[in-house]
Amino acid sequence: MTARLGLSTPPSLAAHHREFGRLPLVDARRGDRPGDLVDDVERAALRGRGGGWFPTHLKLRAVVDSSAARGPLSRSRRPVVIGNGMEGEPASGKDAALLTRSPHLVLDGISAAARTIGATDAFIAVHRGSPAVPSLEVALAERASSRIDPVTIRIVTPPARYVASEESALAHWVGDGEATPVFPDRPFQRGAAGRPTLVQNAETLAHLGLIARRGGAWFAEVGAPGAPGTTLVTVGGSVPNPGVVEVPTGTAVHEILARCGGPAGTVRGYLTGGYGGGWVAAGDFDQAAWDPDSVRAAGGVIGASVLWAIGELTCPLEELARVTAWMAGESAGQCGPCMFGLPSVAEDVRSLALRTADGVEFKQLQNRLRLITGRGGCKHPDGTARLVATALDAFPDEVALHLDRRCSVAGRRGTDPAGTLPVPPARLPGLDLRRRDFT
Amino acid sequence: MSTEPVGTLVLDPIRCDGRGMCHDAAPGLIELDEWGYPLLPSGTLRAPIERSDMKAARDATHACPLLALHIER
Repeated sequence: MTARLGLSTPPSLAAHHREFGRLPLVDARRGDRPGDLVDDVERAALRGRGGGWFPTHLKLRAVVDSSAARGPLSRSRRPVVIGNGMEGEPASGKDAALLTRSPHLVLDGISAAARTIGATDAFIAVHRGSPAVPSLEVALAERASSRIDPVTIRIVTPPARYVASEESALAHWVGDGEATPVFPDRPFQRGAAGRPTLVQNAETLAHLGLIARRGGAWFAEVGAPGAPGTTLVTVGGSVPNPGVVEVPTGTAVHEILARCGGPAGTVRGYLTGGYGGGWVAAGDFDQAAWDPDSVRAAGGVIGASVLWAIGELTCPLEELARVTAWMAGESAGQCGPCMFGLPSVAEDVRSLALRTADGVEFKQLQNRLRLITGRGGCKHPDGTARLVATALDAFPDEVALHLDRRCSVAGRRGTDPAGTLPVPPARLPGLDLRRRDFT
Repeated sequence: MSTEPVGTLVLDPIRCDGRGMCHDAAPGLIELDEWGYPLLPSGTLRAPIERSDMKAARDATHACPLLALHIER
């Protein structure tokens, strides 16, 4: 078992330093340059764990370059770093686990990133009401009294809405108090209050905290070559012991499930990545390797590293209908194809789930999925369209049954409560995304 | 070559309010979807524009009261 992220050590700063040692300082007298970490991160081939798996060194370099291109800047115009612990995906629990059990590793990552890009302001963003707030308050107080950070890291709590965790929305919140996505989305050039802004997922920052201590070559010793290291996976649904596990990337899906007690009964498919992810039929997906390229090749999306098993007593189309309706309500309400397209799609999926849709409505659904894709200011409509389209592809027999007014679990439903995907209370698109709504 | 794109029509979907004036100005270039929002020929937010469509693209761009369209050269 490869456990690097300290999930089983106590969260205190003293225990953290015993486990990992101190974060090395950049010592100019020794010839260190703050930018050296970027090269190490490139050597590590670290890719962002928030969902996009974008190479982290490219983001770091983009902020450094756009800041340098502006020439000398006053302290209040220099770069900003934002740790993203929002965990917008309701089925994901990895960032909350990390921030409550190993907060200092994430904060070390923010500290190292701030030094690397020359940031003069640093934030950790967790959603309003997150269980991570109290543990972060304790951790930040410990750090303040031992003065280990180059800049003070502050907690920000944007509203707990799906689109609020998108990186341009986070920068928008920090700068202007509006948690809405921005178009075009280039926070590394113009982020919080127009300043070059680095937004990195909490888990990515924890890995960065380790790379700063142990180097890029060490990081890449384990895991899949294209996306090395370890990764947290939130396993849920039809397994006896759902929860968050840390595995090397490239670990087979069946091994990940085994860490959670193996599948409970027959699995008919998986939701991968989260609600902006994709469905796959069971088939031989449990042989697939859990890394971005392999999951994609097997028809899924690794995304925020959610692995949710759907048991045979759960109707995937009913699950899809609940989640799609919720995703429609999570639109920021800024772009027409999202604001109006997602409710239309959700209504079509609902008809399909309720077995009232006919072939004409099904065709309409397929057309609408194509119509809304690629036309939003952020990827919310695209993610939702993919969620629906992949379900239709993964469960063609269930779709055919429903169009024939039947369902594979009719009469047996309700005996598989573990298969129910979490759906928070529905809200109206665009509501409560602005700071002024909370004061 | 007449098929060589000479610019890219770019739509800012957040600025766009679906007033439809771009479609009125250039119905052959910009369609409206079932909710009344503009659909560029590419089906995305960026559409390569050939020389023969450049006037229509310019008309659509100038027609938008919200400055949601622009042409990138």
